[in-house]
Amino acid sequence: MAAELSLIVNGEPRRVAPGSSIADLVAGIGLDPKKVAVEHNGEIAPRSTLADVALSDGDVLEIVHFVGGG
Amino acid sequence: MTDTAADTWTVAGRTFRSRLIVGTGKYKDFEQNAAAVEASGAEIVTVAVRRVNVSDPKAPMLTDYIDPQKITYLPNTAGCFTADDAIRTLRLAREAGGWDLVKLEVLGEARTLYPDMRETLKATEILAKEGFLPMVYCVDDPIAARQLEEAGAVAVMPLGAPIGSGLGIQNKVTVRLIVEGAKVPVLVDAGVGTASEAAVAMELGCDGVLMNTAIAEARDPIRMARAMKLAVEAGRDAYLAGRMAQRRYADPSSPLAGLI
Repeated sequence: MAAELSLIVNGEPRRVAPGSSIADLVAGIGLDPKKVAVEHNGEIAPRSTLADVALSDGDVLEIVHFVGGG
Repeated sequence: MTDTAADTWTVAGRTFRSRLIVGTGKYKDFEQNAAAVEASGAEIVTVAVRRVNVSDPKAPMLTDYIDPQKITYLPNTAGCFTADDAIRTLRLAREAGGWDLVKLEVLGEARTLYPDMRETLKATEILAKEGFLPMVYCVDDPIAARQLEEAGAVAVMPLGAPIGSGLGIQNKVTVRLIVEGAKVPVLVDAGVGTASEAAVAMELGCDGVLMNTAIAEARDPIRMARAMKLAVEAGRDAYLAGRMAQRRYADPSSPLAGLI
């Protein structure tokens, strides 16, 4: 069994199982993928591809949504 | 009597009846926010793009209270101080919401929240090339407004006064000059503090007004939202009706003939 992957998600360290996709990460956190957007190592990860993109050790992710603002 | 129901405005091919755009920040809670949007009659709300709280993924979200299928979300770039940050934010916003219509603001400094026009112009050009439809917060300068329009802004949105200040429209002359020169919609964005100031923006010929704090920080935000709706409508009607000429002295309204 390979070691867990170390990621940085929204500025915080997080570990996921090897072979995880972005969709697995989003679901693992408990988020509805329809309500968020994901940036993967500085590039937009289109929602339609979240299940296809495998995560690698050291990946940096930003998961954002809409909040109140002016 | 003109049919006021037919008075609509169009930005980037999308037509709206309400000329009031409201923000969704600074409210006590989501319920109050949603009630104020309803009372304002707004069809567009501005929203910010921020990190999800990954330690509390089930926390209520704005989209649970204000339905993006019914109200157009206009994602902003509040808090961005460079073109690169603003563009990055809006790329994420487009992915989150699927909208191209966005509000661009690139700030120059925290104290005044004045726009950095060099970065704003640069971001406008890049966003337009990427297929975005940027409505752009800018200085109240007719030349800057024209340059933004040439760069691909679908609306120019000069400040009336600093963001969140509630000082009212400080420079009616430059706002009017922008309106006269622009081929895209002009909206006063920022500075309106109370209803009469929203009416002033509309009387100057603006296509609309964007505000947040004036409603959110009123003692009764829902009543103020309604006041702003009425003020924008009143100001628009007054602009279309064409005001009387001003005189230096009195002119009686009752006839002098037949005076006993």
